[in-house]
Amino acid sequence: MSPLTFTLVVLIALVCGMASVLDERQFHRPLVACTLMGLVLGDLQTGIILGGSLELIALGWMNVGAAMAPDAALASTIATIVVIEGNQSIGEGIALAVPLAAAGQVLTIFVRTITVFFQHQADRYAQEANFRGIEFMHFSGLLLQGLRVAIPTAAVAAVAGTHIVQSWLDAIPDVITSGLQVAGGFIVVVGYAMVINMMKARSLMPFFFLGFVLAAFIPDFNLVGLGIIGACLAVVYVQLNPAFHDAIVAPAPATAGTPSSDLDNELE
Amino acid sequence: MTNENTQNPPAQGNEKNTAELTQRDYMSTYVRSTFLLGSFNFERMQAIGFAVSMIPAIKRFYTTKEDRAAALSRHLEFFNTQPWMASPIIGVTAAMERQKSRGEEGIDAAAITNVKVGLMGPLAGVGDPIFWGTARPVLAALGASIALSGSILGPLLFFFGLTIIRAVTRWYGFKIGYEKGVAIVSEVGGNTLRRLTQMASIVGLFVMGSLVSKWTSIKVPLELSRYTNQQGEEVVTTVQGILDSLLPGMLALLLTFACMWLLRKKVNAIWIIFGMFAVGILGYWAGILAP
Repeated sequence: MSPLTFTLVVLIALVCGMASVLDERQFHRPLVACTLMGLVLGDLQTGIILGGSLELIALGWMNVGAAMAPDAALASTIATIVVIEGNQSIGEGIALAVPLAAAGQVLTIFVRTITVFFQHQADRYAQEANFRGIEFMHFSGLLLQGLRVAIPTAAVAAVAGTHIVQSWLDAIPDVITSGLQVAGGFIVVVGYAMVINMMKARSLMPFFFLGFVLAAFIPDFNLVGLGIIGACLAVVYVQLNPAFHDAIVAPAPATAGTPSSDLDNELE
Repeated sequence: MTNENTQNPPAQGNEKNTAELTQRDYMSTYVRSTFLLGSFNFERMQAIGFAVSMIPAIKRFYTTKEDRAAALSRHLEFFNTQPWMASPIIGVTAAMERQKSRGEEGIDAAAITNVKVGLMGPLAGVGDPIFWGTARPVLAALGASIALSGSILGPLLFFFGLTIIRAVTRWYGFKIGYEKGVAIVSEVGGNTLRRLTQMASIVGLFVMGSLVSKWTSIKVPLELSRYTNQQGEEVVTTVQGILDSLLPGMLALLLTFACMWLLRKKVNAIWIIFGMFAVGILGYWAGILAP
């Protein structure tokens, strides 16, 4: 790996680490992170395919409330380096990504605990009306989150191309790698389960079964087709749902009722 | 409360009373809000990020050091919501700070904090199903299915699709929150948002259901019987064959329910995944499961 490539790899890892806590621009999602890594490592194609495979697994991983998801950022950056620089298969990349996601989660918990001190320092700056101080605390926390991905990634990038690592990876017995591939086929459901649980909508579960049965018996439907069916069902359900019939239910004050019911009619 | 001009005591010719956020303040608040979770910590979560997002408004509305310090401290209190839905809250809070700086009745520090805290939960309840439950998984599923063929279109579709949704939510969320002010609180509980949330949940659940069947592969090639029939053909009955004739993807469906149950029991997702790895390795080793 040339010094330029190495620098770019570390920079991308830094951005992914920051994105992982921000959950804003989605650079930490495998689909984006692996693609960028593939781009700088000179094998865009492999990066995209690995990103797609990992994204399937990480599909429902999300931070909701105080609960934290496995860390997709560290998993994506290191798995891409190992697959491309270490000449490993996509399947092995996936197998490696999951322990890395766990490690990444531990690291982010560590940083999120350290930033409690930043919080207290920010309190002190607030009393002096020190805007710069608070901003400095905020972005220092962000930088730490970036470094917690950038440093491990740099370490792996430094050794990934060497023979020792390759022979070590090649020494993993077939029953493990194939077994992990088997598991790769169904660990995706963990993400789906996370999404379904988060929705907290027991009464809407028939739509889940409807989607399942339609896709199971008519495999010709692709995702766009299924998405359109889902959207149509959603609109019809909400239109027919008596809970939303303002004219009958709404016990709102008479004055406030008129403009809001006008607004609602537009959606119907 | 929205009609400031008539409610204000007319004889208070103070200069700061007319301060409004400028276009630059809007832009600055928007950019700052995109870093909301930067210093996420376990004590007060998004608190510093919220204070940092409020800085343009605090600078605009308050001139004395004491007022600014008080406002900063006020916004360093616990805050946590769906990141993109924080923008309307920042907008409402900025509007209330403006009212407070003008000395309007009924708007004090406690009122601002109450509205802020009151909006966190309901807006997260709207944002989580819409963005994390539907928009992102659906775009990710679509993007990933394209990416698996090696096309750059997959990542691009995912990235730009979400970027547009995010930017629109943040920009207009803040704008509407700031312009409507406290009036928005009654709308959060209203039917429009509930409707939107429910529609998103339906699409999300429907697509999750189809993904369970489409993208989960559990193969059980275990043979139950093998015999040669009267035509001289060999007939093999496998577990997979029987399951498929009942309901294709049945095992995946059962596994999904098992996961939901475990997650509800507060089992960390990563342990479930490791458990599945163990099942995969043991199953392959015993010849029950195949890739």
